[in-house]
Amino acid sequence: MKIVLGIWISVVIVLGFSLPMVAQPEHWYELPVIPGLEDKARIIFFHVPTAWLSVVAFVSSMVYGIRYLRKKNPDDDIKSASAASLGFMFCILATVTGAIWAKFSWGTYWNWDPRQTSIFVLLLIYGAYFALRSAVDVEEKRASLAAVYSIIAAVTMPFFMFIMPRILASLHPEPILNVQGKVHMNTTMLIVFLASLTGFTGLYLWMWHLNVRTQRITLIRIDKK
Amino acid sequence: MLSTKRLTYVWLKSATAVFAKDCRSELRTRYAISALVMFILTTISIMLFAIGSEGATADVLSAMLWVVIFFAAMSGLSRTFVAEEERGTAMTLQLLTTPSAVYSGKLLFNTLLIVAVNLLTVTVYSAVMAGFVVKTYSIFILTVVLGSLGLAVASTIIAAIIAKANTKGTLYPVLAFPILLPLLLTVINATRLAVEGAFFGEAIGEFQVLVSYIAAVGTTSYIVFDYIWKD
Repeated sequence: MKIVLGIWISVVIVLGFSLPMVAQPEHWYELPVIPGLEDKARIIFFHVPTAWLSVVAFVSSMVYGIRYLRKKNPDDDIKSASAASLGFMFCILATVTGAIWAKFSWGTYWNWDPRQTSIFVLLLIYGAYFALRSAVDVEEKRASLAAVYSIIAAVTMPFFMFIMPRILASLHPEPILNVQGKVHMNTTMLIVFLASLTGFTGLYLWMWHLNVRTQRITLIRIDKK
Repeated sequence: MLSTKRLTYVWLKSATAVFAKDCRSELRTRYAISALVMFILTTISIMLFAIGSEGATADVLSAMLWVVIFFAAMSGLSRTFVAEEERGTAMTLQLLTTPSAVYSGKLLFNTLLIVAVNLLTVTVYSAVMAGFVVKTYSIFILTVVLGSLGLAVASTIIAAIIAKANTKGTLYPVLAFPILLPLLLTVINATRLAVEGAFFGEAIGEFQVLVSYIAAVGTTSYIVFDYIWKD
């Protein structure tokens, strides 16, 4: 599993950085130039998967939280907490890569673009989630309080989609790329992008599995004491 | 077997009983209300000293109003649940009545508290801040009412979570802020519109967001409260 993942992601990284970008792609290995972004568009192969995973992890953490509330199985809480900790890591990665990209595209690391504000709030929610977890001693109580908090947070998140555009117009490329809902990527770019998305999702699932197994062992050891 | 009508009656009665109990204990000690009033007065006077003779713009002042209200809510609204845990009366309530009645009673009490406090805040703030002049009263009043309701709904459920944690005071704003941010951004925007003298129709979008926020958070809280309340 990890060897396949290692090779897969290495290939994606090499392709993502090395394929040439030309104005009129003729060969299969050429990527199209996106006006205004040029080589900076390569971030799509790495930044978008991390942002996607920080949301996926949040949702799966909430789903396992709901399962915990229904069945009170401690294993679900382990899964929920592990997903949240990985999501926090990917959220930081997405924020940092986005900020570095913004420095070169917009001229500043941070300008409270709606996308930046949303990811900042997601970071805050993750932070609050872990602060809450560390503040409760009893395991059952900690699990159900954390699950409830993530449900409430998930309910309020969609509001940002309605509020943000009213406050500030976004400069984030995706809406610019998809003005009429069409993707300005050619087949090669789309394949590399989807391969990267798959690879990173696989990486996430592998890390999650590893994390859950480690925590299960810790739990068994605590029980034995 | 009790009929639905009878059950509704019992539920209403216990919810109002919880509400009445909280009101009575608040009137006896006046703990929350005096803390809140003093909090608002000190915060507004600090702002007055800080601004001095410089005079802030209407934009900044309408945002600052909600900063005062947010932190006032953070200092006072957790009291209802934390007090039950401190006095050790949470168990009694659990035995005597259903979680949904407790939640509704507490929510009602917090709503009353925050509406009263916000009325005071808005009055004092408009009186002493020279630059803060509301031009469209209809927008402003509706914003304050809906904003108070939203604050009460979101902070009541967070207060219930906090009461079960070890560090009750410091964690409250940390947990509440990300949840309240959509509400705060919307009410700040609506207040700015009211100060700028916009027409009522321009703020409809804001009110839609506020009403759906209250409905969404309120319903979710009502459903999940059972899991927090039962030990």
